[in-house]
Amino acid sequence: MRSEKKQASPANPLGGDSGLFTPSGIEIPTVVTPEMVSREEHEIPGEYPFTRGIFPDGFRGRMWTMRQYSGFGTAEESNKRYHFLLEQGQTGLSVAMDLPTQCGYDPVDPMALPEVGKVGVSLSNLAEMEILFRGIDLGSISTSFTINGTAAIIYAFYIAAADKAGIPRAKLTGTIQNDILKEYVARGTWIFPVRPSMRLIADTILFANRETPRFNPISIAGAHVRDAGATAVEEIAYTLANGLAYVDELLARGGEIDRFAKRLSFFFYVHADFFEEVCKFRAARRIWAQLMKERYGATDPKSQMFRFGVVCGGSSLTAAQPHNNIVRVGIEAMAAVMGGAQSIFTCAFDEAFQIPTEQSAEIALRTQQVVAHESGIASSVDPLGGSYYVEYLTGRMVEEIHKVMKEIDDYGGVIKAIEEGFIQKRIAERARERKRRVDSGERVIVGVNRYQREDRTEKMGGVFKGQVFKVDPQTSREITDKYNAIRDKRDNQAVQTALQRLGEAAPNESQNLLPILVECAHAYATVGEMVQTLKKDWGEFQEPIRF
Amino acid sequence: MAMSLKGKRFLIAKPGLDGHDVGAKIIALTLRDAGAEVIYTGLRKSPAYIARVAVQEDVDAVGLSLLSGAHNELVRETLAQLRDMDGGDIKMFVGGTIPMEDHQQLLDSGVSGVFTAEMKLEDILAQIENMLA
Repeated sequence: MRSEKKQASPANPLGGDSGLFTPSGIEIPTVVTPEMVSREEHEIPGEYPFTRGIFPDGFRGRMWTMRQYSGFGTAEESNKRYHFLLEQGQTGLSVAMDLPTQCGYDPVDPMALPEVGKVGVSLSNLAEMEILFRGIDLGSISTSFTINGTAAIIYAFYIAAADKAGIPRAKLTGTIQNDILKEYVARGTWIFPVRPSMRLIADTILFANRETPRFNPISIAGAHVRDAGATAVEEIAYTLANGLAYVDELLARGGEIDRFAKRLSFFFYVHADFFEEVCKFRAARRIWAQLMKERYGATDPKSQMFRFGVVCGGSSLTAAQPHNNIVRVGIEAMAAVMGGAQSIFTCAFDEAFQIPTEQSAEIALRTQQVVAHESGIASSVDPLGGSYYVEYLTGRMVEEIHKVMKEIDDYGGVIKAIEEGFIQKRIAERARERKRRVDSGERVIVGVNRYQREDRTEKMGGVFKGQVFKVDPQTSREITDKYNAIRDKRDNQAVQTALQRLGEAAPNESQNLLPILVECAHAYATVGEMVQTLKKDWGEFQEPIRF
Repeated sequence: MAMSLKGKRFLIAKPGLDGHDVGAKIIALTLRDAGAEVIYTGLRKSPAYIARVAVQEDVDAVGLSLLSGAHNELVRETLAQLRDMDGGDIKMFVGGTIPMEDHQQLLDSGVSGVFTAEMKLEDILAQIENMLA
């Protein structure tokens, strides 16, 4: 790790200590010799511990899913955008939801009103889900929902929408994020306390294993922790630790490792430091496979495979000189491919300061397509495998990730560390350190602390005026009108019956709540109604304030 | 860093449902290191709650962190609540993802500073010192 003595030479042409240490603080040798590399370079793709990839034929057998995150305003507008994206050759949909939907408030709630239809689509009940996928065959697309606190409810809406369209549940493919632990740490859309939330997640996974076996009922995400300030090493370590907490919960609720483990998937950021990003994925695959096999006795190779999607961009993008972001995202997409990602989302270059326009969203998708079809990097599996530096750095990252995981174990486990705000405090400190290093120029960011332009008018809105996408002020009115209309139209007796059953099942830990949530969805009960019902028994998470 | 804000009190707050709190925490840590006393509300607070705490705690300034696009409504409402509770003399600054085109409107409505992620912390600190001078 970065030591006090090894101060960067001011003459370093790479700038500051950029290039001498990875962003996680691992010292980078000027040259790696064969003696510095362990014997593990003889690993083979598709074989335990899968360091070089989970498939023997890499992307030859199966291209990664190009999945762009979108969704805003009304379900009608988002539906139109989805039709556009599918026509452009996108192969999976990704749904962004507004904060009221994510935090469990109906659009008429006073807490919800200023945020209705912003940052994503409002999905307060089944009718909105039906509009969102109008004209799209749920049996032939894969849909990813970035939803956590209310994931079980949104998943229930999706199943109910498929039921009503006559699509067999077994044909549904897609993902719900459904990872509450990182919400407490970084993303903030928690609702209930940790323990009932863990139960709800386990219920969802066990139900999904039976009812929608091709659907990923959880995507354990390091992305938000990373974007908030954690290093790549911490991103992987915290996420694997969270993954183990879910495995323990599932086992405690009667799950079988070789049944559920193959449906656990992961989600990370890719920032611009190319080799560290590639190596963190190689390291994560190795560690996860070893844990599943050795600690939990998983025998099915699929249970040992670490599958993950990524997002390229985020806080690695800058509002200053925004076109530079196209290059950053290109490098990051290459790192994602070399790292063996199963799905990739490339951020639009203007995402640092506005909702992407159709043009910027298209460039983002084209970036992946150029990498896929022109660059040649997807042709041979793990093309960097065997590189002295890549194998060395993979090994170093494995060591550092284990150290951070042990630190959490020593604290008393990830749930305790979250409930007491230990990890939150660590991330805030890291974020501040990262900010300090950028402010001081130790870490070079082109356009921000090097090669800036005095003329700052190009920043933000300036050159893009006229292309800034605005949520129509009428949107919130339309959404609340639709909400009120559904509540008038539905069979309120059926809603009350379903909600009552939900309330009775909440304290009964031996009961899986998902069948009842699907019943509530079919009755057109709303997100807010279901969340309120559960809150009565479970209460709310009390945020530890440590900074 | 100099103890330039010794004796000053701040409330750093997260109005609305937005869960991104790193910027808020970075500012809170920075103010504390400059000698100030800092209270951080945690997530999901209403404008009325934030104004009430600001008045009760007799702070010199409130910093609001917003990244969900709901800044115009939530800032306006928090300012109104502060005035209603006789906290009109409490300064306010705002940070997060605030589009450039909204900055002037926020400043005109009574906000003393708008900060974005790429500003240097020392520049932000200097602006805060100035608004309290």
